[in-house]
Amino acid sequence: MHHVVSSAHILAQESDSWINTDTFIDLFWANTIGGLEYGSIYALIALGYTLVYGVLKLLNFAHSEVFIYGAYATWFTFFLLGFRPGPTPELATGELIAFLLLAVVVAMLVSGTTALVLERVAYRPLRNRGAPRLAFLITAIGASLVLQQILFLWRGGNAEQAIRLLRPETLFTVGSASIQNLTIIIVVASILMWLVADTFVNRTRFGRGIRAVAQDPETATLMGVNKERIIMLTFVVGGLLAGAAALFYMMKIPQGAQYNGGFLLGIKAFAAAVLGGIGNLRGALLGGLLLGVIENHGQALFGGEWRDVVAFVLLVLVLMFRPTGILGESLGKARV
Amino acid sequence: MTTTKTPSTAKPPTAPWRTSISERWNNLSRFQQWVILIPVVVLIFALPWLNPPILTTEPGYDFSIAMFDVARYCLIAIGLNVVVGQAGLLDLGYVGFFAIGAYVAALFTSPDSTLWKIPYLAAVPLAMAITMVFGIILGSPTLRLRGDYLAIVTLGFGEMVRLFADNVDALRGNRGFSNIGAPPGTRENGEPLFVNFDGKPWYVLCVAVIIIVLILAGNLERSRVGRAWVAIRDDEDAAELMGVPTFKFKIWAFVIGAAIGGLSGALYAGQQGFMNNQKFDVLTSVLFLAAVILGGSGNKVGVLLGAFVVAYVPLRFLSIAEWKFMIFGVALTILMIFRPQGLLGARQRLLAYGRQAYQRLVGRGEMVSSDTAMSAEKGGLMNGGSGAPK
Amino acid sequence: MTEKNKNEPAPGGIVAEVAQMTEVELREHEAEVADVVATDREFAVGQGETLLEMDNVTMRFGGLVALDGVSFDIKRGEILGLIGPNGAGKTTCFNAMTGVYRPTSGQVLLEGKPLGKTTKHKITRKGIARTFQNIRLFDEMTALENVVVGTDARHKTSVVGALLRLPRHFAEEKAAVEKAMALLEFVGIADRAGDKAKNLPYGYQRRLEIARALATEPKLLCLDEPAAGFNPAEKDELMELIRKIRDDGFTVLLIEHDMRLVMGVTDRIVVLEFGKKIAEGTPEEIRNDKAVIAAYLGVPDDDVA
Repeated sequence: MHHVVSSAHILAQESDSWINTDTFIDLFWANTIGGLEYGSIYALIALGYTLVYGVLKLLNFAHSEVFIYGAYATWFTFFLLGFRPGPTPELATGELIAFLLLAVVVAMLVSGTTALVLERVAYRPLRNRGAPRLAFLITAIGASLVLQQILFLWRGGNAEQAIRLLRPETLFTVGSASIQNLTIIIVVASILMWLVADTFVNRTRFGRGIRAVAQDPETATLMGVNKERIIMLTFVVGGLLAGAAALFYMMKIPQGAQYNGGFLLGIKAFAAAVLGGIGNLRGALLGGLLLGVIENHGQALFGGEWRDVVAFVLLVLVLMFRPTGILGESLGKARV
Repeated sequence: MTTTKTPSTAKPPTAPWRTSISERWNNLSRFQQWVILIPVVVLIFALPWLNPPILTTEPGYDFSIAMFDVARYCLIAIGLNVVVGQAGLLDLGYVGFFAIGAYVAALFTSPDSTLWKIPYLAAVPLAMAITMVFGIILGSPTLRLRGDYLAIVTLGFGEMVRLFADNVDALRGNRGFSNIGAPPGTRENGEPLFVNFDGKPWYVLCVAVIIIVLILAGNLERSRVGRAWVAIRDDEDAAELMGVPTFKFKIWAFVIGAAIGGLSGALYAGQQGFMNNQKFDVLTSVLFLAAVILGGSGNKVGVLLGAFVVAYVPLRFLSIAEWKFMIFGVALTILMIFRPQGLLGARQRLLAYGRQAYQRLVGRGEMVSSDTAMSAEKGGLMNGGSGAPK
Repeated sequence: MTEKNKNEPAPGGIVAEVAQMTEVELREHEAEVADVVATDREFAVGQGETLLEMDNVTMRFGGLVALDGVSFDIKRGEILGLIGPNGAGKTTCFNAMTGVYRPTSGQVLLEGKPLGKTTKHKITRKGIARTFQNIRLFDEMTALENVVVGTDARHKTSVVGALLRLPRHFAEEKAAVEKAMALLEFVGIADRAGDKAKNLPYGYQRRLEIARALATEPKLLCLDEPAAGFNPAEKDELMELIRKIRDDGFTVLLIEHDMRLVMGVTDRIVVLEFGKKIAEGTPEEIRNDKAVIAAYLGVPDDDVA
């Protein structure tokens, strides 16, 4: 996300000292709110990592590609609806909502399908053969590369030009922060999505299956849980959430559809999942929001070029001092 | 001796051709092995001069430089193999170590750098030492944890190195460093021997380094260190409970891998003469990984083969160069399903005390079990042992 | 993989050699093996003294109490049986001794010194070695190599020493291979020394685990259900092996379900139920202990053989 140049970045560059405490204080609220925006996107992606990790103890590297496929799906939905790069069109509210809903549905379907295909084609044969852990990780990397290269060979190395449907407008201000319509949509919709996911895992029969497999796959199988179906379901749910995240991301950063654009977001979302406690749905939300905010403040303090370093340093610090994350690892142990 | 069958009749009919080659090789005495090995090595050294029509990459790409690139990949693959193949640790940021090695060589030899200058040959060990320090810094928080954390942290590390290269002024970003040092030596005409447009001297140097590294890595493999690595790879908890200090040996694997990565980076920087922040992306790391996995991780010959394929094929067939990441990505995925041990498969030799161990086994007239189903596994071993001088 | 009914070891090899030996030769051969296996052990020293002490050990996992104030001693040179119904906390006991878990409260003392936060591999070096209920060998290594890894626990070659092949490396490697072969003979699986562990028959794998544990030169050998899946003849052989191990000066802690085996081989028995010690005594005392009988009668499966 090198192309994200916020006001904080520009200010930071003007300052001479290495740490810009003034910027940090001046833009505290703006950065906090902006961080929540990014954070809720991270949180949705992190859910995908966390669910798969909880159930399979697998770090699904290709999840970042599942996400970016959603971003492309969003872009193509807009494109096929007749919108072209350029000025934001004037749309009636009803139309806008309908288009965005359509885009989110398409993005979720595409990401969900990608995740499903990934599971079927890449991971499942390995499970059937009882492959070692390392083989899964290598497959994850290989599959990630393949998905990425499909986009690259098809659409080339450059990002798709921005198509924006919703013009950002400031609704009101809190301190230094101006709350935009985008902010509200992204944060509220993400938290809603998280709520749905949490309810699904904790309150439904399928969710019970997911938790059972996460806790003890063998016993769960003995108790009549169809493990294969649960694993499939987990991938699909993760994919759907990544698809939703992709729409929000494209609303925030319309030029975000690039073949390797998922990579850094993937690492950050994983860092968020670890920060909150991997395998833990609440942890993914908390970790995502925290990471978004910390990253923004880090950018204010140290300069925009170090934005991506913040997430990485945070990941290493968490692994050093609290490897189970803030809320602990507990998909299996979640309340029944 | 109570051996009832000769080794050759004990060879199972299902043995793949590969086994028979390694069998035959192991059957030879050490002297015979050297008789074959020395001409092969001489041939390998002579490749850039021979420029065989089948192998040549010209006119698309200078063959001597192509061969240096292949040799560089081989060195990298050997280093990464220590980490991934032997200890079973997934290092996805190997390009980071490679980059650090290259930058150290550049910083201490290029006139563009403000640091004091040292001879190139002194910068190379320094590059290794510094990458080892980075290996410890990166390894110590993560190697205590589960393997996949290491994967993501190393992935992040590779990216961080790139970000630093982009953004730290002293590293000169895109402008880079020119006139990076080279080993001393001149041609008859007084020109320096090591120049960036002629790959031959660099190739010879790199192959020599590879041979030394192979011998040292082989020493480690057939010692308590190599056994500890395989034990960790097979079952880390059990290894720990059998008295293997797993954390210590994982760090060692990581650090040794880092050092070899740094070494190859320094060689690369020297040969190129100029370097900047390009080419240190994650895809390169994945390419390195593919080199290790394709041929057969844990198997030195396999790893060399894999490195050759990964480095050579895109240079030889320039038309598919654009497709290389796709091809290797697909290859990785398919290989993990159908042949996770790689093209050549895992090692065949004992990890203990080389020939003496085989002799011990055979001297007692072992290996006469009725269990033919496993014979494929032990084919190489049996015959390797019986061929050893008594 | 599981050739449970493999009574006869493979013909030929060392087995055939041994079979042809006379009684006297056989005894000499065994003494020789024991000599290599237990070279510099002070096994006559301190017989009957306390080797390991479980001092009021409690293990809690969340709300579950796996061990509840368990105390017992293991004395040098004895075979102590640890029995109890499934889920009584036997393996948890092992895990607490070998450092897999840290006791929630209480402590484990080896030769009077608390283990405290000693890491797992250091505990092994201090002299506790174990086998696993579900076999955990290094699958990709040969039987011989598996045992050599055990001997490495006592080796001092550094990474640099191995890299440069310093003299100590050669000396230790040579000794390790000798010792590992002797151990494989000792447990009776030397005929398959060169096979990968994953390709060994089930019974061989169990024995290989014992050989690997012995290679670490333990003061205390903990066997976790070593006879699981064995037929009666194999169990007899195993009983013989455990006695032989004890006679060579090792102290043995044995978890086993098979009552005949436990009663036949142990000197003393500790009985656990629901994480509590309910009885301790000689096999004879345990056999007549009311609490034990009650505990076992409550168990539906035929643990009481």
